[in-house]
Amino acid sequence: MDDIQNILGAMMRVAIDPQTAAVAIAVIGLNIHFGYTGLLNIGQSAFMLLGAYGFAISITQGVPMFFAILIGLALALVFALVLGVPTLKLRGDYLAIVTISAAEIIRYVGRSVGIGWLTDLTKGAQGIPGSQYRAPFTNLSFFGDGSTTLLPFNYTDVAGGSVVVRLIGWVVVIALIVLLVRIARGKVALTGAARTGAMVGAVVVAALLALFLVPVTQRNTGANGLWFTAVAWTVVGLSVLLLLGLTRSPWGRALRGVREDEDAMRSLGKNVFAIKMQALVIGGLFGALGGMMYVLPATVQPDSMGRTLTFFCYTALLLGGAATIWGPVLGSLIFYVGRAFVIAVSQTYLQDGSSPIGFMSNQQTQQFAFIVVGVALMLLVIFRPQGILGDKRELRFNV
Amino acid sequence: MARGLAVTLLLVLVAPLLLLVTSRSADAVTLCVPKKDETACIAGTMGSRSDPIADVDVVLTKPDGTTESQTTAEDGKFSFQVDAAGEYLVGVDPETLPKGSELRPPSNPTLEGPDGALKVTVALGQTRAATLTVRAADYDDSTSKLEEAVQSAFNGLRLGLLLALASVGLSLIYGTTGISNFAHAEQVTLGGMVGYGFANVMGLPLWLAGLLVVIVCAATGYGQDRLLWQPLRRRGLGLTQLMIVTIGLSLAMQYAFQYFVGSRTVRVVVESATSVELGPIRTTVTSLVCMAIAVVVLIAVGFALLRTRIGRATRAVSDNPALAQASGIDTDKVIRLVWTVAMGLAGLSGMLYALVVNGIKWDTGLQILLLLFAAVTLGGLGTAFGALIGSIVIGLVVEMSPLVIPGDFKYAAALLILILLLLVRPQGLLGRAQRVG
Repeated sequence: MDDIQNILGAMMRVAIDPQTAAVAIAVIGLNIHFGYTGLLNIGQSAFMLLGAYGFAISITQGVPMFFAILIGLALALVFALVLGVPTLKLRGDYLAIVTISAAEIIRYVGRSVGIGWLTDLTKGAQGIPGSQYRAPFTNLSFFGDGSTTLLPFNYTDVAGGSVVVRLIGWVVVIALIVLLVRIARGKVALTGAARTGAMVGAVVVAALLALFLVPVTQRNTGANGLWFTAVAWTVVGLSVLLLLGLTRSPWGRALRGVREDEDAMRSLGKNVFAIKMQALVIGGLFGALGGMMYVLPATVQPDSMGRTLTFFCYTALLLGGAATIWGPVLGSLIFYVGRAFVIAVSQTYLQDGSSPIGFMSNQQTQQFAFIVVGVALMLLVIFRPQGILGDKRELRFNV
Repeated sequence: MARGLAVTLLLVLVAPLLLLVTSRSADAVTLCVPKKDETACIAGTMGSRSDPIADVDVVLTKPDGTTESQTTAEDGKFSFQVDAAGEYLVGVDPETLPKGSELRPPSNPTLEGPDGALKVTVALGQTRAATLTVRAADYDDSTSKLEEAVQSAFNGLRLGLLLALASVGLSLIYGTTGISNFAHAEQVTLGGMVGYGFANVMGLPLWLAGLLVVIVCAATGYGQDRLLWQPLRRRGLGLTQLMIVTIGLSLAMQYAFQYFVGSRTVRVVVESATSVELGPIRTTVTSLVCMAIAVVVLIAVGFALLRTRIGRATRAVSDNPALAQASGIDTDKVIRLVWTVAMGLAGLSGMLYALVVNGIKWDTGLQILLLLFAAVTLGGLGTAFGALIGSIVIGLVVEMSPLVIPGDFKYAAALLILILLLLVRPQGLLGRAQRVG
């Protein structure tokens, strides 16, 4: 039971991690590109990296944080324009090749040591350590010092933390999540405010119950502490609201129109190129925002924000469901929590020395988790291309 | 018919590997053999193989500051055995160098220790090569620009030929099935890894290892199409989905390499290669043989595509699958053959790449994936000969761009060329405009 509680603890820490939230924001941007508009952008990590560089370098050069954020966003904006102008008129796979190439160019330039002044700014492959740009953000915190256990009232307070209490709790959490997915997929006869209310209620109860079962202690303000978690998930919430507003607007319908049939949109007098460009820019801005959030608790290291990160974003998006409001958040959560689950389980049961049948080294457990991720991505696309929340009829996603 | 031709083609592909037999250097004397987890070796030659320098005191400085020295014999070789991992310095006693010469500092400035010594990081169970060369003390650093350009062009051609082996297959797969295969580069890594397994771990002769690499990799191509791509074609999975499936496959393969081989660089051949000089060009015998093999194989592929029935069928499918099927071509068979040959070629490319750069790592493929895509797009998506030309161009750009810009921008330069070309000629060099859509 202790093993299981430890595994759950590891999963919960990843679930509330600010970096998970950061990826969710970037995936929301990718959802606008790929899910709604059908743009095959395989360079989302470059938008993230540019946002992170713009933000971090500005702060190390003494720019106030507000303007540093604007500079990060501006870089992503320029990048989107530069990418979009030559490729948006061509077939989809050209955008794919150009975005992934451009993302690699950004990464190579970021990690290069060939030009003195540039290396002074980017610090090459080592990257800019978080301690050099984190201070203005940490200073905004009004959470004070010390540490807080999320939900001070937890399972140990009921019946001495008995196994039965925890099992019942987990059954309820799983039931709530299933209910949520059913509501989100429109399987439950609720509409309008009642539907929104039911979803928000279920999310809150499930989250509280999960924290009740797996309490997590975080420092209030330090890197990766409660302040980071709170801000990151608030930004995720705002981004989801923004996405909701955008996609329900006439502009959002135009995006879907471009995805389904460009020629039809053209014959309706819409400027398809302009709509695609707007989508590329707005999705890229979300990417940049996610990138800033991603590096706040960590380091701006170009190699950690390369193609693999883009591929993770795609996995998360497809897992949750492309062209859905909640898909990116749900997908990112399940992706990172699932990976943490595989790592924790293989470290507990398959690692040398930790169990009688163990045969992996500590590193191999991590690599094993990545192999599982790759295979899962393949199986997911083959057997459930619409993801958990997506609608197969709406989304043939072919570009 | 198709199967017979496939076998013949495969034989044509692998026959040139026999040439590799001759490239094994006969004079390789292994003085120090590392024991796993116990000892490691730092070995090298003073001067060069063709021009070794005797009676030089080579000094090894250990991480704890103690030193050990060896005096080189007629063959200029030195070989230290150490029993701890860490960063060592390999230098010389300048008094013992021939008059008027000094140690040439390593080309990578981060590896330069004090007094021109070379930093070598070694782990237990490894043999690390340390190359110490000399130059005249009044050496002028600016070798003639022209010679440098010729040398870079040669290296570029070499890289281009190796890329071409892989990208021709990538392009044919794109042409016949529409898949942008992101796992193609992992097949290149696989070739090198299998070569490491056969030649280094099992100790098979190089030509046999090369033959087996091609067969094993071609078999993976056959198996992939049989088990994965053909069923997915039958299901009617969209191209975007297929592309994401290849991304998943490439992730799984990369980490499988790490899981089974580890994240270190492994070498197919343990001895370092014999170097030769052709006019201004310095290279190794292995490189020349590898380039010859690549040229022969590429000519064979080109001949098969242009002159054989199955080759014409392949080009027909690549041009218009529906029309090809309607005119009685068994497209499934052609696509199966394309996957098999493409993966065999990628494996061969990986094996040769591992021999030329003397090592292969789990992310070797990852590093050249974009070069492959750039080559294929540059030449024109789906055209086999375009991929060939694109590869040579990309190879030359990668190796020659350091003449004008900092060296670590060379890959970025190749990708930038690609983006710029797409601006003016989106269909690529040999593509036709209607493919752009």
